[in-house]
Amino acid sequence: MPERRIVLENCGVIDPGDINTYLSRDGFRALEKARKHMTPQQVINEVKRSGLRGRGGAGFPTGLKWELCTKSPEKERFVICNADEGEVGTFKDRYIIQNDPFGIIEGIGLAGYAIGARKGYIYLRAEYHYLRDLLENAIEQAKTKGFLGEINDGSFGIEVREGAGAYICGEESALMESIEGKRGEARYRPPFPPEHGLWQKPTTINNVETLANIPHIIFKGADWFSQIGTQQSKGTKVFSISGDVEKPGIYELPMGTPLRELVEELSQAKDLKAVQVGGASGRLIPEEKLDTPLAFETVLGAGAIIVFSKDRSIIQVVRRNIEFFAEESCGKCVPCREGTQVMSDILRRFSLGQGNKEDLTVLEELSNAMMLASLCGLGQAAPNSVLDSLIYFRSEYDT
Amino acid sequence: MSDENLSLELEKLCVHYKRHDDLLSFIKKVHEKCGYLSPENIKNVASLWNISVGEIYGLTTFYSFFSTRPLGQNVIRVCRSTPCYLENCDVVVETIEKKFNIRPGGVTEDGKFSLQLISCIGACDQAPAMLINDELYGNLTTRKVEAILKDYEKRQANSFNMRGCDARKADCFRKLWSH
Repeated sequence: MPERRIVLENCGVIDPGDINTYLSRDGFRALEKARKHMTPQQVINEVKRSGLRGRGGAGFPTGLKWELCTKSPEKERFVICNADEGEVGTFKDRYIIQNDPFGIIEGIGLAGYAIGARKGYIYLRAEYHYLRDLLENAIEQAKTKGFLGEINDGSFGIEVREGAGAYICGEESALMESIEGKRGEARYRPPFPPEHGLWQKPTTINNVETLANIPHIIFKGADWFSQIGTQQSKGTKVFSISGDVEKPGIYELPMGTPLRELVEELSQAKDLKAVQVGGASGRLIPEEKLDTPLAFETVLGAGAIIVFSKDRSIIQVVRRNIEFFAEESCGKCVPCREGTQVMSDILRRFSLGQGNKEDLTVLEELSNAMMLASLCGLGQAAPNSVLDSLIYFRSEYDT
Repeated sequence: MSDENLSLELEKLCVHYKRHDDLLSFIKKVHEKCGYLSPENIKNVASLWNISVGEIYGLTTFYSFFSTRPLGQNVIRVCRSTPCYLENCDVVVETIEKKFNIRPGGVTEDGKFSLQLISCIGACDQAPAMLINDELYGNLTTRKVEAILKDYEKRQANSFNMRGCDARKADCFRKLWSH
């Protein structure tokens, strides 16, 4: 399947600093269409029918998320755009913001209209501070053109909030804690954000890429969108490719495209040993399984693809991953806080050739305990690459 | 700037950030003005915001962009996550270590540069990459890092001479370093 640009349609074509270039490509037509000719429920129904699922990695159905939000009797509601792109190997949101900030703003505007929110936040990671002016400028221009601010009988505004360096804040409940001015620690759930979110109000949190899909769905219709992709994964996905490839970068492909096509044909990897899909928390795919299609029903995550060539030590790679989690664990729950630390020690021993059979058992037991008992996605997903390495590359753990 | 002036300025800023209910940005502002979050700063923020000192301290130690010890005027953050590791980020770190004679976590003697190792900065297509303050630098090699650092040293000298710099900031730093 060749590349297909929907989310990235305007990237490199419009001037991200000039709203007129976005308007000339049907920009904000979807928002106008919704506000003039559709009820909020119709917008939600359209998104539900499109089959769009969250692009931040978890794949929750977006329309359903919005609908849950409207079920709350509470009238003050919020939309949050999650631009805390911290997953190792992911840089698609950076690319989208850099090239088409207006598409995101239109998406947030549509989400706000659908759930009846008057306020939207963009939570931008501190590492992307250099994108802040671009975003704020885009918001300002949208306001001047009348797409934000006072609209009909209500108002809708967007504010940029910045993190201060914490991977965990990309997790939705930790992100809300951070906006509220607290340590970004994951919350116990339920209640979920559509019920008790930011400042305990109903909130919908969507990834940058998810929101960037919305204008296209509303403008061209759910039927058009749902033709693309697989049974359970509709539309396209934006992939970030790095590691041992000739052409690292951003690629947008229909859901269901085989991993091999993306890695070998498009980004031109040679002599590869394995690919990690979904960043540090993602699955490790050995070369012989490269024909796996990329979709929610198989393997996807947030679309980070890191490629490892034959001369790489898988233990070193996995160790780097776990060290990352040990550093970024928020420390609130024991399985994650202690588990990542112990794993990191064991992997260090293996990388020095000092691991033993018992260590392997501990790695496996710990992985299972963490996946079962951790409070949030960080601890639950951290052992993925450890377990996969034990299945596919056990011989490298030379004991 | 005298301590009194600083507190006055913080009080004024505080009104703005309170209106937006944005504590994190306020702390960031204090951090920016003073270069780090001293025990006094933490107490100040706590009393201005009417929150316990413990809570503010908890915040400042949670986020990696906050520091409770003085940082250099320029903070170099080198990414050491997997994609940058694959592209030899260790060489970048070594180059900076050698140039400034500091270790990760350290500050140069003149207080001009800090070196930190951080998690993925989302520039994996340009690995190895680093941030200096808020600027992103990618596809780094030893030679490129040396050139960038030299440029910063030059900029630093110019900004002190020409703009009278941030006399305020310089003053603030001198005070910090004399402790």
